[in-house]
Amino acid sequence: MMLLQVEKLEKHFGGLCAVAELSFFLEEAQILGLIGPNGAGKTTVFHCLTGFLPIDKGEVKFKGRSIKGLRPHQICRMGMARTFQIVRPFLNVSVLDNVMVGAMLREKSLAAARRLAHSTLEFVGLEGLSQERAGSLPLALRKRLELARALATRPEVLLLDEVMGGLNPTDVDEMVRLLREIHQKGVSILLIEHVMRGLMALAQRVVVINYGRKIAEGVPGEVVRDPQVVEAYLGREFLDAAG
Amino acid sequence: MKRLYLLLASALLVLVLLPLVLDKYLLGIFVMIFFYAYLGQSWNLLTGYSGHISLGHALYVGIGAYTSTYLAMNHNISPWIGMWVGAVLAMLVGLAIGFLGFRFGLRGVYFVILTISFAEISRLVVSHIPALGGFAGIFLDFKPSFWNFQFRGNVAYYYLSLGFMVASVGVARLLELSRAGRFMVAVREDEDAAEALGVNAFKYSMLGIALSAFMTALGGTFYANYIFYINPNSVLGMGLSIELILRPIIGGMGTALGPVLGSFLLTPLSEISRAYFARGGLEGLHLILYGILAILVVLFMREGMLVYLRRALRSLLRLES
Amino acid sequence: MKYELPLQLVVQGILLGGVYGLIAVGLSLIFGVMGVINFAHGPMMVLGMYIAYGILVLLGLDPYVSLLLVAAALFLLGYLVQATVVNRILDFPEAMQVLPLVATGLIIENAVLLGFGPDPRSPRTALALATIHLGPVMIDVSRLMAFGLAVLITGVVFLFLRHSDVGKSIRAAADNRMGALLVGIRVDRVNNFSFGVGAATTGAAGALLLPLMATSPHLGHDFTMTAFVVVILGGLGSLPGALVGGLILGVAESVSTLLVPATMKQVVSFGLLVAIMLFRPQGLFGGKA
Repeated sequence: MMLLQVEKLEKHFGGLCAVAELSFFLEEAQILGLIGPNGAGKTTVFHCLTGFLPIDKGEVKFKGRSIKGLRPHQICRMGMARTFQIVRPFLNVSVLDNVMVGAMLREKSLAAARRLAHSTLEFVGLEGLSQERAGSLPLALRKRLELARALATRPEVLLLDEVMGGLNPTDVDEMVRLLREIHQKGVSILLIEHVMRGLMALAQRVVVINYGRKIAEGVPGEVVRDPQVVEAYLGREFLDAAG
Repeated sequence: MKRLYLLLASALLVLVLLPLVLDKYLLGIFVMIFFYAYLGQSWNLLTGYSGHISLGHALYVGIGAYTSTYLAMNHNISPWIGMWVGAVLAMLVGLAIGFLGFRFGLRGVYFVILTISFAEISRLVVSHIPALGGFAGIFLDFKPSFWNFQFRGNVAYYYLSLGFMVASVGVARLLELSRAGRFMVAVREDEDAAEALGVNAFKYSMLGIALSAFMTALGGTFYANYIFYINPNSVLGMGLSIELILRPIIGGMGTALGPVLGSFLLTPLSEISRAYFARGGLEGLHLILYGILAILVVLFMREGMLVYLRRALRSLLRLES
Repeated sequence: MKYELPLQLVVQGILLGGVYGLIAVGLSLIFGVMGVINFAHGPMMVLGMYIAYGILVLLGLDPYVSLLLVAAALFLLGYLVQATVVNRILDFPEAMQVLPLVATGLIIENAVLLGFGPDPRSPRTALALATIHLGPVMIDVSRLMAFGLAVLITGVVFLFLRHSDVGKSIRAAADNRMGALLVGIRVDRVNNFSFGVGAATTGAAGALLLPLMATSPHLGHDFTMTAFVVVILGGLGSLPGALVGGLILGVAESVSTLLVPATMKQVVSFGLLVAIMLFRPQGLFGGKA
């Protein structure tokens, strides 16, 4: 079943066309990668999918229902959660309380929410730091916190924006392991990623966009060899040089 | 945690017993301490917990003061009832301002200016309404009786204001522990991130301003029936708006005890220096001291004195937050 | 004749508006460079008024002459305020930026109160009562002088920012603080200078206003709000916007006296402010909302 359907999505900023005629879909229990050079419009797509930016043209359906015009909190409630490219923890609040904000979406009682928060923290390996102020965490742990917070909302679809950015290879592998486990629990993942190692390990399919348009789609192995994709990332000269 | 509660309970006991030993003048200072702590706490609920800065909170004080006074003087309605009318009115005004601010995405400084604008507009409009006393204001008749919310001496006012203050601390603490309070704090910390987690930022911001306005207005009724004189400047003016934010900021915003601590620090300073300096013709000096103190606290004790005190006490008494 | 009164009001509004523009230019500059809203702006203007008053009473110098002295004094004050307080709060969250400047305004206002007492002062200056006639319109010379000098000073500030080296550093720092630091600009000194200029312009406005209105220590906060209205109307960070906004507000306030009592004038400005913030928060010339 198609969990997320994006049809001819368009987004303009004044005269600038950030996303144009973008169509793709995400199936149940699938990991889809969304890649493209810097400035291609990937985060803009995320903002459109999660209600942070209004959609100019096109249609986005989540579980068959259009999300056009919905506010972010309503979309999260429907089951689509996201993380941000630049992590946004609640700095002055403890790690546990951060995750509790997410947990309280589904659990009305504070005690149940706390249990859910604790188990989520255990899952990502942050349980020992639950009383620490979020602002005191280094980047790698903040990324995990961001993931935990989104997970606590019990999403069916998880939108991850460069969740491995800035991590060292060990942390990347750990993140890959976590995401695989999340996937195994039945969560679909839409992944914006530059860290190829992580992307290749996880994505079952990949959509490549450049200048707001889809230029390739398919299995990761094929897509990275597609000449258009190589050109987009590395430029014409490389393509010519590579023959 | 238990030690903290023990400490607070003993402090409360002392406060309850103080009227047995203090004279009217000193009791009056405490009334002001409790009163400004209460007002500051009410403001704190909006700005400290929700993160929306208001520099026009005098508006709600004024609504409370004028409403209950008007109803008492013209319709013989007891301020005990009038104060709830004023509070509801203030809440509606607060919701209107919140609606304009939050729906139109006015954040940070723009929201501050919005709050100032409404307070100032109200002050000017009220100054032109004869039924509310115009520029000159209203002198309340002194008809002491419980039903009139007016008392001889300061003892009754002492316990009333103490009750207000303790209640407000209770409200703040309950809010801190509640779902709504947690959502409000999340919105304060990062509104977008909160929304992405399913928090309806608009709803919880509105809740913050409604609660804050409601409580502040109750304080306005107290003020009117304690000072016996209200005018647009004293209850709707910028001076009051600034005065009432100083204590929570210095004591610690976003904490239940911050405004109380701030008030215990600042109010005696203000009352004593006001009395001392004004006699010598040095009116306004206490405000200069306030200003300097406020600047120092913001520069060097950004989170307010409560947090620093807590850290210091933690090592001494091993208290947990 | 029916058009005479409105025309008179419009002209008076424009003239006063020039001074509003000058006040707002300072606020806009400070915001543009430091990103900080100077809540002490009105009290600084009032301080300028009182300094001009003091010089007038002690030395007999007309405000138009002592203008430079007043501006210099306020420049020093602004420099000091930035260096000691504002430079430290640049990275603070907004709530914590508001308070020190509000506190600074409080200190200035009460220092003036202490020094001069609460009674309004209305000194006699040489040109106070002179008027000229331009067709059907009667113009106070002091108002005309104020307008002319205000526009002149504003023009000087524009040119300075555009063409001088210091001005370029200021614009660089305003545009991109990190970048400016990286190319070796002493950003904290630039900030000090900018705040100084901002304070100087508002102090100068105070000197210009002295012949036009009675001074009182508590005027400050009203003028801070006036400056806010103008800056938001014109667009935060836009200097031409500040001048244009000033003119518009001046006229709006003046013409509104046809409909409401003069003491309600400010309701008009606040109403305008709220309307702009709701419907066009970037103002007329502003880019960033």
